[in-house]
Amino acid sequence: MRPLTDEETKTMFEKLSKYIGENIKILVDRPDGTYCFRLHNDRVYYMSDKMLKLATNFARNQLVSVGSCFGKFTKTLKFRLHITALDFLAPYAKFKVWVKPGAEQSFLYGNHVLKSGLGRITENTAQYQGVVVYSMADVPLGFGVAAKTTQECRKVDPLSIVVFHQADIDKYLYDKQHL
Amino acid sequence: MVATVLRVKRCLLRLRKTRPKSLKVLRFKKIWISNLIRVHLLAFDKNRIDTREFKGNNREDLLRSLARENTQLLINELWKLPTERVKDVIVAKLPEPTTPLPREKPLPKQKPPTKWEQFAKLKGIQKKKKTNLVWDEVHKEWKRRWGYKRAKDDTKEWLIEVPENADPKEDQFAKRNVAKKERVAKNEFNRLKNIARAQKIKVPGMGLAPTSSQSKSELAQAASVAKISNASVGKFQQNLPKEKTPRNTGIRRKFQPVIGDFGGERQKQLDLLKLMGSKKPRLDITKAVNKQMREEDMDSSDKKKKGAGKKGRKGNMSGKGKGNFKGRAGGKGKVPKGKGRKPPMKQGKR
Repeated sequence: MRPLTDEETKTMFEKLSKYIGENIKILVDRPDGTYCFRLHNDRVYYMSDKMLKLATNFARNQLVSVGSCFGKFTKTLKFRLHITALDFLAPYAKFKVWVKPGAEQSFLYGNHVLKSGLGRITENTAQYQGVVVYSMADVPLGFGVAAKTTQECRKVDPLSIVVFHQADIDKYLYDKQHL
Repeated sequence: MVATVLRVKRCLLRLRKTRPKSLKVLRFKKIWISNLIRVHLLAFDKNRIDTREFKGNNREDLLRSLARENTQLLINELWKLPTERVKDVIVAKLPEPTTPLPREKPLPKQKPPTKWEQFAKLKGIQKKKKTNLVWDEVHKEWKRRWGYKRAKDDTKEWLIEVPENADPKEDQFAKRNVAKKERVAKNEFNRLKNIARAQKIKVPGMGLAPTSSQSKSELAQAASVAKISNASVGKFQQNLPKEKTPRNTGIRRKFQPVIGDFGGERQKQLDLLKLMGSKKPRLDITKAVNKQMREEDMDSSDKKKKGAGKKGRKGNMSGKGKGNFKGRAGGKGKVPKGKGRKPPMKQGKR
């Protein structure tokens, strides 16, 4: 386990800012204690300093996970968000997409959101903007990337893709080994 | 620990006499008396107790007899020890107590075989024991087979015959010396390679190894080795044009401690965020275009709504128009200018 280097921090923040913009500040500078990002096995974990101190009691090869995993660095040093980061993305998300109850299951099975399943979308969403996907009951389901701007969404046909699927809470069930 | 097993038939026979005749089981008596046990006058009977007999009525007798027999065996063992007489009492001398301790370190690992050992095993070559001394015909004495003052020492010859196909001016003595030095160097290099292989590290860098064809990376490696192989470790060596710095050189990355300066770390991240925020272009063109499109959409939708309302009104207006002779202009004044102009134009077109 080690702190992120400047480059790694930048890569991660750039990815995070696609979803929560400047709200990363809230994650970094928290009034309720000191929280930090730590890299372990190419994965970035977000944890309080207390938890970090406890975790240092374990050898590196014996430590599987600590705190909550935000994502991992790929072999090409890109940052990939994991669904475990959703708890921190959802409250601060700048752009949201609400999915109709009928399309919820399809999204949870890993499919993109189609125009027909789109309930609501934040105004002024740009193309390829990171969005958090909610159910109509405001339950965060996952996140993805807007395939069309809000304007285009109004015009396209019902079967065209509106949000590209990236991760959803179904991963907790079917992709456990990769979390 | 040396354990002695005693088989005492005599005791057995006695035992059989005391037993009921139905149980004609031949049982060998074994008790374990180890050195440790002898020191502490202790013995273990590891034989299984006959449960049927044990549960019977004469359990006490059985136990008593067993105890007695085993004590007898222990005392027999005592008698085997050296005894001496002290004031009319025979005293056996017990062995010194010893405490076996477990080994502190694990057993040393077996050395991995050298390249030659691997080859010899593959070919089934076995070591032959050779005598250290051999008879030297020239000096008429026993000399070492190899090494200092060896028999048939070809470096100590005072005359060498020049081979027929050799250059007559070549120094044959020097040639031999060079060949010898090279063999020694090669052997040393092989020794180092064996050590490196055993420790699973890279073979020590030797610059450009003499191979028939060198790859680009090998040449680059050799060049980089040559570059730092001077007195100043390449500090003042200038780069060639288009020369790339080889990979895996330079300063190793050093990471911050896991538990260090949390405040500093946070400040650094906040600064980074500030920098990232400032780098964003102030005018996001796509965003602006989208906004513009949205406004246009809103406008057009407004127009449609109002236009639809107007159509209804149009009829009224035309009705009003018919009744325009009355010269009532107040109703028209309420209608927005731009939109008010359109119907007359259309009318005009008609």
